[in-house]
Amino acid sequence: MKNEGEGSERPDNTAFTQQRLPAWQPILSAGIVIPGFLIIGLAFIGIGIGLFLTSQTIQVLEMDYTGVEKDSPCFRCTIQSSQNCTCDVTFSLSTLFTGPVFFYYGLSNYFQNFRKYGVSKDYYQLTGDTKYFKSPQDVCAPYAYDSKSNPIVPCGAIANSMFNDTFELYQIINGTKKQVPLDGKGISWWTDYNIKYRNPSPVNGSFANAFEGTVKPINWPKAAYELDLTDPYNNGFLNQDFLVWMRRSALPQFRKLYRRITEGDYSAGLPAGNYSLTVHYNYPVLSFDGRKKVVFSNVSWMGGKNDFLGIAYLVVGSLCVVMSVVMLIVYAKFKFSDDDA
Amino acid sequence: MSARARAASQGSLEEPDDEVVPYSDDETDDELQSEDDLDRSEDQLPEPETRPPPAAEPGWSVRANDREYCNQPQFKKKSNAIKTYKYNFFTFLPLNLYEQFKRAANLYFLCLLILQIIPQISTLPWYTTLVPLVLVLGITAIKDLVDDLARHRMDKEINNRKCDVLQNGRFVETRWMHLQVGDVVRLKKNDFIPADILLLSSSNPNSLCYVETAELDGETNLKFKMGLKVTDERLQEENQLAQFNALVMCEEPNNRLDKFVGTMIWDAQSYALDLDNMLLRGCKIRNTDECHGLVIFAGNDTKIMRNGGKTRFKRTLIDKLMNYMVYTIFVLLVLICAGLAIGHTYWYESIGSKAWYLYDGLGYTSSYRGFLSFWGYIIILNTMVPISLYVSVEVIRLGQNTPAKARTTTLNEQLGQIEYIFSDKTGTLTQNIMAFKKCDPTSADGVVLDRGKNVDFSWNKYADKKFQFEDNFLISSIRSKKDPQILEFFKLLSLCHTVMVEQKEDELVYQAASPDEGALVTAARNFGFVFLSRTQDTITIMEMDHEETYEVLALLDFNSDRKRMSVILRFPDGKIRLYCKGADTVIYQRLDPNSRNKETTQEALDIFANETLRTLCLCYKDISQGEYEAWSQKHQEASVSMVNREEALDVVYEEIEQNLLLIGATAIEDKLQDGVPETIAKLAKADIKIWVLTGDKKETAENIGYSCQLLTDDMKIHYGEDVNVQLRNRQTQRRNDPQGRSKKLKEKFFTETSKNALIITGGWLNEILYEKKKKRRRLRLKKLRKRHTNSTSAPDSSQPVDDWEKEKRQEDFVDMACECSAVICCRVTPKQKANVVSLVKRYKKAVTLSIGDGANDVNMIKTADIGVGISGQEGMQAVMSSDYAFAQFRYLERLLLVHGRWSYIRMCKFLRYFFYKNFAFTLVHFWFSFFNGFSSQDVNDKLSLRFPKLYLPGQQGTLFNYKNFFISLFHGIFTSLMIFFIPYGAFLQTMGQDGEAPSDYQSFAVVAASSLIITVNLQISLNTSYWTFVNCFAVLGSIAIYFGIMFDIHSAGIHVIFPTTFTFTGAASNALRQPYLWLTIILTVGICLLPVICIQFLYQTIWPSVGDKVQRNRKKYELEDDEEERKKKKPAFQRGGRSRRSAYAFSHSRGYADLIASGRSIRQRPRVRPELRESIREVPQAENI
Repeated sequence: MKNEGEGSERPDNTAFTQQRLPAWQPILSAGIVIPGFLIIGLAFIGIGIGLFLTSQTIQVLEMDYTGVEKDSPCFRCTIQSSQNCTCDVTFSLSTLFTGPVFFYYGLSNYFQNFRKYGVSKDYYQLTGDTKYFKSPQDVCAPYAYDSKSNPIVPCGAIANSMFNDTFELYQIINGTKKQVPLDGKGISWWTDYNIKYRNPSPVNGSFANAFEGTVKPINWPKAAYELDLTDPYNNGFLNQDFLVWMRRSALPQFRKLYRRITEGDYSAGLPAGNYSLTVHYNYPVLSFDGRKKVVFSNVSWMGGKNDFLGIAYLVVGSLCVVMSVVMLIVYAKFKFSDDDA
Repeated sequence: MSARARAASQGSLEEPDDEVVPYSDDETDDELQSEDDLDRSEDQLPEPETRPPPAAEPGWSVRANDREYCNQPQFKKKSNAIKTYKYNFFTFLPLNLYEQFKRAANLYFLCLLILQIIPQISTLPWYTTLVPLVLVLGITAIKDLVDDLARHRMDKEINNRKCDVLQNGRFVETRWMHLQVGDVVRLKKNDFIPADILLLSSSNPNSLCYVETAELDGETNLKFKMGLKVTDERLQEENQLAQFNALVMCEEPNNRLDKFVGTMIWDAQSYALDLDNMLLRGCKIRNTDECHGLVIFAGNDTKIMRNGGKTRFKRTLIDKLMNYMVYTIFVLLVLICAGLAIGHTYWYESIGSKAWYLYDGLGYTSSYRGFLSFWGYIIILNTMVPISLYVSVEVIRLGQNTPAKARTTTLNEQLGQIEYIFSDKTGTLTQNIMAFKKCDPTSADGVVLDRGKNVDFSWNKYADKKFQFEDNFLISSIRSKKDPQILEFFKLLSLCHTVMVEQKEDELVYQAASPDEGALVTAARNFGFVFLSRTQDTITIMEMDHEETYEVLALLDFNSDRKRMSVILRFPDGKIRLYCKGADTVIYQRLDPNSRNKETTQEALDIFANETLRTLCLCYKDISQGEYEAWSQKHQEASVSMVNREEALDVVYEEIEQNLLLIGATAIEDKLQDGVPETIAKLAKADIKIWVLTGDKKETAENIGYSCQLLTDDMKIHYGEDVNVQLRNRQTQRRNDPQGRSKKLKEKFFTETSKNALIITGGWLNEILYEKKKKRRRLRLKKLRKRHTNSTSAPDSSQPVDDWEKEKRQEDFVDMACECSAVICCRVTPKQKANVVSLVKRYKKAVTLSIGDGANDVNMIKTADIGVGISGQEGMQAVMSSDYAFAQFRYLERLLLVHGRWSYIRMCKFLRYFFYKNFAFTLVHFWFSFFNGFSSQDVNDKLSLRFPKLYLPGQQGTLFNYKNFFISLFHGIFTSLMIFFIPYGAFLQTMGQDGEAPSDYQSFAVVAASSLIITVNLQISLNTSYWTFVNCFAVLGSIAIYFGIMFDIHSAGIHVIFPTTFTFTGAASNALRQPYLWLTIILTVGICLLPVICIQFLYQTIWPSVGDKVQRNRKKYELEDDEEERKKKKPAFQRGGRSRRSAYAFSHSRGYADLIASGRSIRQRPRVRPELRESIREVPQAENI
């Protein structure tokens, strides 16, 4: 009698519905956890040592040239009135700075990651879509139109605030300056140069014509199509410095690649000696208490110098080893009471 | 005087009558209002029900065959259509949306959406919120829709049932929903009654009409209703009915199943109507070919619908907890956002405003920017308030299957938290099938027990094929007629009873007063003593091979005081003999000193009792003609006495039932459902307390308590008196202690170490809990208090001084009951059942489950946190209002201990994990804010939109409460810290292996997001205690899908198509080809997970939980289980060693004295047995032939 009802309401008797799937029930048993911690700890220590040693071999030379102190070479350029100010920063190397040497500029207290700043660019413009040259997207405001309502290309706060200090590096050999060739090719991401950013197609054979009816960003000395007149492949939106700048940094203290030192006599690195860095000081940072610096560095397989990761690995690895010992002791103490269960 | 009236008159003065089901309805309060103009607010009891407002009765009038009259607007009468569904085609969308937006989370997200549309604030595109919100609303709406469609179908089915209605002088088949008040209807056998109907006439003599009230009160035995004499005589034919134009005035519709008062005015005569004239909706016509009635209440006015109560939306504890946590999170969110906004204001003031490159030309002040950024943060951190949590929770619930029909899916995890189970008895614990199990005709052989194979009854053409018996020796001794004792035994069974017989197509159908009696007569029938027919004063039986007719001289009624019944017969040979059957205790007192076999029968009774069978002793006595005549005289006098007739009769009966000679004993099994004792034992082991709430008699309930091992011999059983004394002591103690009011007495009620059990009847329950303290008493009390408010002069300890004391008393009772390992409440009304459940809920704050199968359990099922319906014999009422339904009690074990636990653990793990994940995920933004000028930048907004739901399937994590919530919170904070600061440290001042600076925003996002995804997925794996390929797939799949999608949306192709949407071109490939970044990810993941593993391991080692132990020793236990299985063939009961207790537990009820007295129904009919009213039960077909 009662069985009739039963049958009709019976759910599908599958392994899944009845929760009887074949299963593996891992347990955090001592046999796994303690040796596991030991092994992980040792591995971490190994990685940490590797990272730390590698990091130690990397040479870094960092120089602040903001000119805050009165006696610093660039102090005079911080005075408002000075235009096209140039200053020389000198330094000397006691040993060979092994190449390839990378030349960075760095900014601190600079918030490229500010949200409104970060979105202030028009991707359509930057992919060469001339339709948006005439009417930039709203996100660019207030850098979309100039005071005469001419559209700005490239629009937006990021482009407008592009870093425009330039540097020349000289080795001083017996009092004469020998220019160190700086290689500005391929310093941006491959994807940025080849995919993400596109120049507009030339109009009537002239690249500049494509920008007709637009104006340059307010802070720029020259228009986008004039960024590098020597190399058409390094001009417009595909200018390497522009691309590097447009790749926003994650943190308010950052470095951006300026040049590589890979050519001529310096392909093996910067030999020991005295150097002079000529800075064309254009970029104001003191108003917001920012700092500018130049950084010379070489790299290893792990990239630039950073002790943090190596030390972190060492600490975590050591802790793992210590914990494995602690767990062993605890386990030894408690396992007997556990066995009674 | 009727039993009920007597009970009422005893009322509160004496001790409550254990036999009577108290009518705990609100009778007291309603009536009292009209009698006295007491201030109602002062008078209110903490009772949740709303009652029909007291009206000047009669406020309802119905004129037969006059729809116009009945449709007068002042009556507000409704059609008979019922409506349980919530939505219709047009109202679904608005109503459902309204309901859904009542949920805080949904509303929150709606607000969020609005915020996102405001451009100054918007930090995320609006569709990031809209899509999930629409998904959530959609899924919930679809679920609701499906549920409601089912209700629609149900309603439609019921509304479209057919019955015959008198229209224009003819009976026309009409749908139920077209039925109206004032209609005259014709009902046939086995029809459901469509409305509350006044019975006019039936095809039975005297317009008797049998109804089965299972859906109403859960009792499966038949009740009878009787038409008025005048209608019976004058309304048999169709044309007579068409002329019928009486006016019925009665009470307003109400929910009281036990009371109906009305007057019928017909041809200037008025006739009183009461409940006995009413056929209530929900009942079923039985054994009556046809009956006619007048619809009084229809549709939602019917008593059953009024009783339905509001369907509460049940929320699980976790639901509630979750809600609180969501509020907590929300507060947290607001605080965080406020903090960040202040930070932003400060930052902008000191740095941002000076940074020329950030100039936006808007000219807002710093504080206004802070204000805007507050809202911006609310949006950006919205993932902290988990909208997907609700969806995921729903999904998890939906995805679960239980081996039963889950009628709601929202309560699954609560199944793992049950502390109290309230169970009905009949149909839930028992099958409500009585089986004649054993007998002991005290022949020379003594005890007869089952041995060997089933007896072949094929020699007996009347044998019931369902009947099973395993003693061939008994059969052969009957057939050989060697042993007169055995013959006498079965002859008694076939003669001494009140069963009625019906000849139905060559089959004998017995209608027994109680299932027990039916079983006995059926047994006799199988053994060759077939009860064939009965007239007013004869009984005809088939004795083996020849018919024999006995003259019935007297039928000595059964009642629960007497605990026995007798019949005095004149044999064909003129000999007068009294046959008696009854409880062993009463019979043994009345045995002739010389009666044989007392000891052997006693032994047999002991054995039967040990097996918790219900026993009866059978005996006889020969009476001389003179003796009989003398007694008959007295009997006659007593039966016409006007005062205390019952008592007088009892005395007379007592006189003749002396010096009996013992024949033997019978044993009847109230068949338990399969696996009930085992289930109860298992549940008890899980510390789940089981309370049995039943309308049955104390003895029966106790008997069942023993047979399902709820009660054991080492328990001390406390009855109502005992409890009352205890509670009174406690109360006196409290009163004597002036400070007692505030502090709670902690000491236990039962100081003995032995286990305790409580058996309490409904009457005592009322007495103890001061429910139904009767209007007068409360009135008196109130007046007393008014007179001298401060008089504390020794108040009667049986009465509460005020509501506070009443509450204390209830609390005491619950405390006391919870000290007992078993509680049985018998003779309780449906309402009391619900009250008991709510008492426990209120004072114990425990999760309760009610299980029952009858309509009388509906209240209790609805009251409990979880209601379980047994789809059994008592109709589907209980199932309809339950949350889970299955066929047998024993499935409860699996439902709770297996699936409940699983779902609870799963849900807890999930929630913990979810909060953890959410915090980890969201707070990374928070840390980032410190480094980006508090300007809300999403770490990886595109991914966040896609991801929260990807790793939800197959999630599992730990028990969940506020503590764990904060643990998750801190765990999440820790993880987010690591996920942010490890890459931060690694990124600061460094560059990639090709010299390009890797510390750009996009690489950072990729590293952080990858670390997060890997960490949270491995965290799941760590929390997964049960790996199946589904889990593996889910975890590995999530990670794989993450990387797949990431590379996809970072690819060149997609950027070309959507340059503004997908701006991460090349970020993934650029970042992830650098070993340094991988090392960063590995370190981050390691730092996030290793401490967790370590802590978990230490925790499990130092404070192992039961689950851990079980899991660790799983193999061992499985082996043990197998062994146990092998050993299982052990006998379940130990013989001997148990205390002797009477196994008498006959389910008879008191006879229907009113009917006997009226004599109306008896005279015409060939001797209807005297106790029809409360106890006619049709033996289920299966038992008969």
